Amino acid sequence: MSAVDAKAQARTEALPTTEMTINMGPQHPSTHGVLRVELRTDGEVVSNARPDVGYLHRGLEKIGERLTYAQFMPFTDRLDYLAGMNCNCAYAWAVEKLANIEVPERAEYIRVIVCELNRISSHLISFGSFTADMGAFTPFLYSIRERERVNDLFEDICGNRLTYNYARIGGVSGDLPPDFIEKTKEFLDYFEPKIDEYNELISYNKIFVNRLANIAVVSAAEAVAYGLTGPNLRGSGVAFDLRRDEPYSVYPKLDFKVCVGTGERGKLGDCFDRYMVRINEMRESIKIVRQAIAQIPEGPVLAKVPRLFKPAAAEVYVRTECPRGETGFYLVSDGTVNPYRLKIRTGSFVSMNIFEPITKGLMIADIVAVIGSLDIILPEIDR
Amino acid sequence: METLAISLVKAVPVLSAVPLWTMTLFVMVAVAVVVLAFALTFEGVGSYMLRKVAGDIQARIGPNRVGPYGILQFLADGVKLILKEDIIPAKADRFLFKLAPYFVFVGSFAAFVVVPFGVGLIASDLNIGVYYVMAITSLVVIGVMLAGWASNNKWALLGGMRAAAQIVSYEVPVGMALMPAVLIAGSLSLQDIVRSQSGLFGVFGWNLFHNPFTFFSFLLYFTAAQAETNQTPFDLPEAESELVSGYNVEYSGIRFAMFFMAEFGDMFVVAALATACFLGGWNIPYFNAATLPPLWGNLLSLCVFLGKALAMVLLMMWVRWTLPRLRVDQLMRMAWKYLIPLTFFNLLGVSLWLLLFNGRGIPQMIAAVIGR
Repeated sequence: MSAVDAKAQARTEALPTTEMTINMGPQHPSTHGVLRVELRTDGEVVSNARPDVGYLHRGLEKIGERLTYAQFMPFTDRLDYLAGMNCNCAYAWAVEKLANIEVPERAEYIRVIVCELNRISSHLISFGSFTADMGAFTPFLYSIRERERVNDLFEDICGNRLTYNYARIGGVSGDLPPDFIEKTKEFLDYFEPKIDEYNELISYNKIFVNRLANIAVVSAAEAVAYGLTGPNLRGSGVAFDLRRDEPYSVYPKLDFKVCVGTGERGKLGDCFDRYMVRINEMRESIKIVRQAIAQIPEGPVLAKVPRLFKPAAAEVYVRTECPRGETGFYLVSDGTVNPYRLKIRTGSFVSMNIFEPITKGLMIADIVAVIGSLDIILPEIDR
Repeated sequence: METLAISLVKAVPVLSAVPLWTMTLFVMVAVAVVVLAFALTFEGVGSYMLRKVAGDIQARIGPNRVGPYGILQFLADGVKLILKEDIIPAKADRFLFKLAPYFVFVGSFAAFVVVPFGVGLIASDLNIGVYYVMAITSLVVIGVMLAGWASNNKWALLGGMRAAAQIVSYEVPVGMALMPAVLIAGSLSLQDIVRSQSGLFGVFGWNLFHNPFTFFSFLLYFTAAQAETNQTPFDLPEAESELVSGYNVEYSGIRFAMFFMAEFGDMFVVAALATACFLGGWNIPYFNAATLPPLWGNLLSLCVFLGKALAMVLLMMWVRWTLPRLRVDQLMRMAWKYLIPLTFFNLLGVSLWLLLFNGRGIPQMIAAVIGR
């Protein structure tokens, strides 16, 4: 062994280079909640990132089995707290299908309006927190500013700003306030041009695009194989939207486009595509709300449903398009006042499956981008 | 310092009884205290400014509770940080952990010594001014690395390593981008550089307008300096959303405050250098501060210099609150593949310009043609 080699060896022995295991979370600013990711890194390059979920497990499904059908409604708010309305309605639709309850048409329209407004506010948070993860803090506060107006609208409707508990089995808890339609139109007129402003401000910013393009590419086949749904699936170019492909409520009467990723700045299915799908979906939601408030009929908003009812023994699985993908309620009734089994399928939880394969070989900063682009929310993962 | 001490002795004859070295020492301490007081004040006001600017940009109010318009917020924050418990992690390297903030603070503060605040208002007009600033601010990187290493925290370590790589890389383009000003003035002293930019209405003498290369140099300097002081879009060492808070994650209380103040100190030094080297320092149109009566000249030049420097700081904050963050490999690529070649090319361009046109800038040539 030459002297140089010996020196090199001595150095390696003194300072061994091994992979470093880093604990990202459960308390980390960019994991969007109490997600823990076990990173194995070689310096900045991540060789493996294993998500560890379960820090927010509350046993929602078990709780559902011990409560009556109507009593479970407030818990669905806590399923995806950024899209409480969507979860409320998803559960209501599931129970209504199980118990064969007819819902007044006005109630269905109201549900669609609040769901789409909630989709806008949820995508706003997704957009804002994503840009904050990328280091641009200002768009985050802009998104909060717009979301505030949606919250105001919801406060007018049901008195709550985050956990709405607005849907009821058989309709919604109360009719729209008299000036709601006017205020909603005002908000939509105000908000629509703002999307272009955001695109100018951040979406097509060179640094932002460079951070996201070609990162964590998910091919269409992979996305389907891993069971991705919602914007994450559409980001890979698969035009699948439950609102169009398995229509429920009054969606068949409304005209809207299914936004898909186009690979406009990189490969199809990269982080940027998933991000842009959400931005474009906000425009579609605006379109839907505009149509719905133009079409909404007069009438009752709540069918006569007894507080305690016993659906016949049966099982249903109802899936709806929530902001974070397919949220499905699987309900089994044994003919009593509470469900025999309640199983919830959520988009975020399924997204976690693909996290490990797509983050191999990325850098630590990219892990943050992947978490943001998958738009996970922890109460939905852990339930 | 000695000349100042001698003139003091001449002004007040009683002092001649005191040995000269005592006087010199006294003057040194006094000047240091003044500069430190200025640095601390700026760091306080700067943090208030940063938060107000952030508030304005982000459609919110910003601090408005302590004092009128919240202007005393930085005092409240300072008192809070001093009173806070000073936590040292159990397995930290205690000596290095305590040492690190001093390196960072001294590195940033010592650069204030050669900042030409005005005519005659400079703590020490070193004849190697620019070089001294480049050298002394390098201390910061040692402190940051020590902090990252000594904290015994992997996030801090990553932050420290990022900072080391970044600051060392970006020092090259920063230095190279400042060189045109040195070439034009023919001196490394910052006062000389400022003086070389007077004349022609006090605006057209600025190095910024000297020739296209110097203009470009200013932009390169601003970009690279933004990176050297770890400002967004180059704030990777403390990237909150990635590294929690980077190298200073384990620091609390007054030790954290030292990192925090050093950051603002760096910001001001960068702005001051840009002002002195490209924006004409304390030169303004129509008033030649150097020819005014001493006190008024000093005051006017001080105000002009601070105004320009604060405008630069404002610009930095504006950028900070607008852009997202680069990734670490993109950051390094930007330094080594773009900024460094460009600054070298620029330096060559300026040298050729000075050679070909006998040291005259575009405004001077235009003035010569017009016949002034």
